[in-house]
Amino acid sequence: MNLTLYVWRQAGPGEPGAMKRYDVPDVSPDMSFLEMLDVLNERLLERGEEPIAFDHDCREGICGSCGMVINGRPHGPQRKTTACQLHMRHFRDGDSIYVEPWRAAAFPVIKDLVVDRSAFDRIIEAGGYISVNAGAAPEANVIPVPKDDAEAAFDAAACIGCGACVAACPNGAAQLFTAAKITHLGLMPQGQAERQRRVVKMVAQMEDEAFGSCTNHRECEAVCPKGIAITTIARMNRDYLKARLFGKG
Amino acid sequence: MWIVDFFRSALGKKAVMAVTGVVLFGFVLGHMIGNLKLYQGPEKLNGYAAALREVGAPFLAHGEALWIARLVLLAAVVLHILAAWQLTLINRRARPVAYVKQVSVASTYASRTMRWGGVIILFFVVYHLLHLTFGSVHPDFRAEDVYRNVVVGFQNPVVSLFYMLAQLALGLHLYHGLWSFFQSLGMSGPRLDVLRRRFAVLFALVITAGNLSFPLAVLSGMVS
Amino acid sequence: MVLDARIPSGPIEKKWDRARFELKLVSPANKRRFNVIIVGTGLAGASAAATLAELGYNVKTFCFQDSPRRAHSIAAQGGINAAKNYRNDGDSIFRLFYDTVKGGDFRSREANVYRLAQVSVEIIDQCVAQGVPFAREYGGLLDNRSFGGAQVSRTFYARGQTGQQLLLGAYQAMARQVEAGKVQVFPRTEMLDLVVVDGRARGVVVRDLVSGEVSSHAGDAVVLATGGYGNAYYLSTNAKGSNVTAAWRAHRRGACFANPCFTQIHPTCIPVTGHYQSKLTLMSESLRNDGRIWVPKTKGDKRPPNEIPEEERDYYLERRYPSFGNLVPRDVASRNAKAVCDEGRGVGPTGLGVYLDFADAIARLGRETIAERYGNLFEMYEKITGEDPYRVPMRIYPAVHYTMGGLWVDYNLMTTIPGLYAIGECNFSDHGANRLGASALMQGLADGYFILPYTIGDYLAQHLGERVTTDHPAFAQVESEVRERYHKLLNASGKRSVDSFHRELGLLLWDHCGMERSQKSLETALAKIPELRQEYHDNVKVLGSAESLNQSLEKAGRVADFFELAELMCIDALERRESCGAHFRIESQTPEGEAKRDDERYSYVAAWQRKEDGDGWTAHKEPLEFEYVQLTQRSYK
Repeated sequence: MNLTLYVWRQAGPGEPGAMKRYDVPDVSPDMSFLEMLDVLNERLLERGEEPIAFDHDCREGICGSCGMVINGRPHGPQRKTTACQLHMRHFRDGDSIYVEPWRAAAFPVIKDLVVDRSAFDRIIEAGGYISVNAGAAPEANVIPVPKDDAEAAFDAAACIGCGACVAACPNGAAQLFTAAKITHLGLMPQGQAERQRRVVKMVAQMEDEAFGSCTNHRECEAVCPKGIAITTIARMNRDYLKARLFGKG
Repeated sequence: MWIVDFFRSALGKKAVMAVTGVVLFGFVLGHMIGNLKLYQGPEKLNGYAAALREVGAPFLAHGEALWIARLVLLAAVVLHILAAWQLTLINRRARPVAYVKQVSVASTYASRTMRWGGVIILFFVVYHLLHLTFGSVHPDFRAEDVYRNVVVGFQNPVVSLFYMLAQLALGLHLYHGLWSFFQSLGMSGPRLDVLRRRFAVLFALVITAGNLSFPLAVLSGMVS
Repeated sequence: MVLDARIPSGPIEKKWDRARFELKLVSPANKRRFNVIIVGTGLAGASAAATLAELGYNVKTFCFQDSPRRAHSIAAQGGINAAKNYRNDGDSIFRLFYDTVKGGDFRSREANVYRLAQVSVEIIDQCVAQGVPFAREYGGLLDNRSFGGAQVSRTFYARGQTGQQLLLGAYQAMARQVEAGKVQVFPRTEMLDLVVVDGRARGVVVRDLVSGEVSSHAGDAVVLATGGYGNAYYLSTNAKGSNVTAAWRAHRRGACFANPCFTQIHPTCIPVTGHYQSKLTLMSESLRNDGRIWVPKTKGDKRPPNEIPEEERDYYLERRYPSFGNLVPRDVASRNAKAVCDEGRGVGPTGLGVYLDFADAIARLGRETIAERYGNLFEMYEKITGEDPYRVPMRIYPAVHYTMGGLWVDYNLMTTIPGLYAIGECNFSDHGANRLGASALMQGLADGYFILPYTIGDYLAQHLGERVTTDHPAFAQVESEVRERYHKLLNASGKRSVDSFHRELGLLLWDHCGMERSQKSLETALAKIPELRQEYHDNVKVLGSAESLNQSLEKAGRVADFFELAELMCIDALERRESCGAHFRIESQTPEGEAKRDDERYSYVAAWQRKEDGDGWTAHKEPLEFEYVQLTQRSYK
């Protein structure tokens, strides 16, 4: 098939950018979206144009590296699918496709479609862990975890940190990301000791970054490639209120 | 102070919006139910209005309870708007560059119009107070005759139309707001998630329908 | 050079205890005077960084990804082995040890593998305490499943995303130390060379991938946790960024590279669809529990699978291996798939694929049960191929998956350069010639949480106060070499893209040093690789500058190193004139066509040292002695 792409090109951080048009003929429906970009990049190189920079690594939908807004939707039109797992058979011959980087003040553009998501790491560093030194752990089966809790914790822990939630949110909020980790650890018995401290510190860090705040549009949930639900956000709110209003800290 | 710190955080502001929002929702619901006395005739409605001033007697003097309620409502309105304003600024800053192309997948008309809807409601409330509480923009206001004020007021089709539009905005605002109330305060669970959605739909519809009925009843001549 | 594996004496079950007693300790007050550099933040790197920081060392970690959480350990699906014996089914540390040595076709070091089995139980404890959401039974206790042909159920898992959950556990433990100020993370920073001063590893030269700036970091020890080199083949199940550069640069500075020809080819991957293919996707091995593998009996049969009658299908694994059937080990399954495709009986548009058919299983167990067991895998398959495996048999083909070879390390995980350690897939140590399923995660975390933190102290304790800073001229020297290397690539101003060279190299390796190798194929490859490498340096086209984010330049540097590694892989494969595990030499097979080892001549680790003048390699051999395991010929008939 033949496609017309409009891709955001930006030479470096803080530099001006613009959408640039590329005609991409001979696209195979079996290609992944990123392979289509690979092919375009090879052709650009032949013409002496610098290839389009985009983040990607595992190309199996699990590392969370890739991320671009495709036709107005983070990761493109297919539900619960990362851009690397999106295949061209979901497009039609003659389609125009708009490709843009994540847009958020907290995710500044580095180049073309590559953005800086280190704010996510700082949120985890603020408290997204259970404090246990290697060697200090008790026998694994000492603490039983109800199967349902383990499953629910897993659902939240499945987050790949891609940032689609922030990209989709009209407010550029990172609540789904933060809440997913708070929910994961808050559901495990091992995570109870630090539960209040964790939520207060992680939320504070989240708000120190340039993220917006939740207005319950549910866009994040709809585009999350791992299907993480906004019930996690309710849980974060509850834990936060408990900690701030009735907690010790 | 911890309460100031709490309000400084965006999550705190959302909680404040939820609590103040639900206070205002309670008022709106009570207000609508009280106004249903319009259909029972002038004595009942005017009697009800007069009785409101005696609430709390003999502990409170004439009109004191009403003023307390007004102060609470005023505080709720101020906090609700202040938090909304501040959150809007935060959210605007968080997305400095807009997408060339963006489609919304899950958001609703109600969720997207909260801010403008809120502004419309604010203007309406000011007008409504001047119109039927203080009477300063009313063509023929008589403090003791609420029933007559309503009927005369709504007989102007332009005024009625504005009232009705505002009620639609209020309905949308309530629908998303009521649902958000549960979410912002962390009230969620597999069963509750179904209930809270139904709750929001039900009360948004009840209040909108009740409030729309008053100008319609006057315009159609059912109440005169 | 004499390779000294420094294996402690005494009975095997006491060796690690003994080592821990004999290893020198660093006092708590002195630990904060040491700086350790860790390159790579996968399971091994992140767990080591967290643990060393917990002990009090100052740690700097580097990764090329934009966040340490994205290292390719994250993609591991199946699970992690541990000798907990929760199932009461006869597992023990010794059995895990035995299975691993045998699975590796007797080409690993007994003492290392035994230690691995010993610490496996502690890994599970540690991960559970970190909040890793492992699968549970209704009673709330941990669930296990069987895996990779083992006869006991010892695999712990978190749905099909065990690697992700374990990595997040290690990443979070590391994040905690970042908060505590003990770990400094440098994401989007690639190690491009090792700095050796007076024969000891003293630091690294890195490139900031965003600004392009080349800079130096000094440390008292350097730990490489940079994964495997499967991407030498271009197409593999590795992440696109996975590369050998850090390990290779260390090799060029004097670290021996061991068993480079041991590369594992995984039998159940989604086949290649076209020339644009950028990577291959693994489908969990567990699919073979219920799927039946077949091809048409006649060559070139192009009918759709559902129209091929039962009697015209060849269930070749069931036919050839009646007792193991579709559950033969990875290397056997892979080789047989290649054989039937080479006969011209492969399926799919390219003819490089075999059917993995669930029709019988669906008829026997019902669609629901199959969906419960493999639903997510079926979904993934459909996403990629657009075919519904509930109705049409899956098509699968083997793909490069894991590299057992790597930097040679002694029992303490130190390479032949003092002060340079290699952990995880990056070293050669524990899997011999073939890795068992669910053992990679075990090894990465064993090295990082429980082995390196002890052994590195032994080295550091002997070098207290011997600080070198980046002001040492060696750093400036290495930096300028790195810059020159990159400028050469940028200035080649040729005509071909990096990817086109990489693809050609990969295909060459796959065809000549892949699932089967022969003297002839390897000699052919060894004649072609230097030619192609020369063309690469003359004719590669890299645009942009070295002073900004330049993904083509990053790739160009990595592919240059793959070229050198590819040559060594072929040399190693050529030298080892036996078949063992994943290394199948056509000349060395049993009459039935199975791998035939030659323990008399090849029971050793081949450790290659690059010659000083850069021209070729010197082979060193570390003999493997087996005291506790009896060497047998594997048979799956």
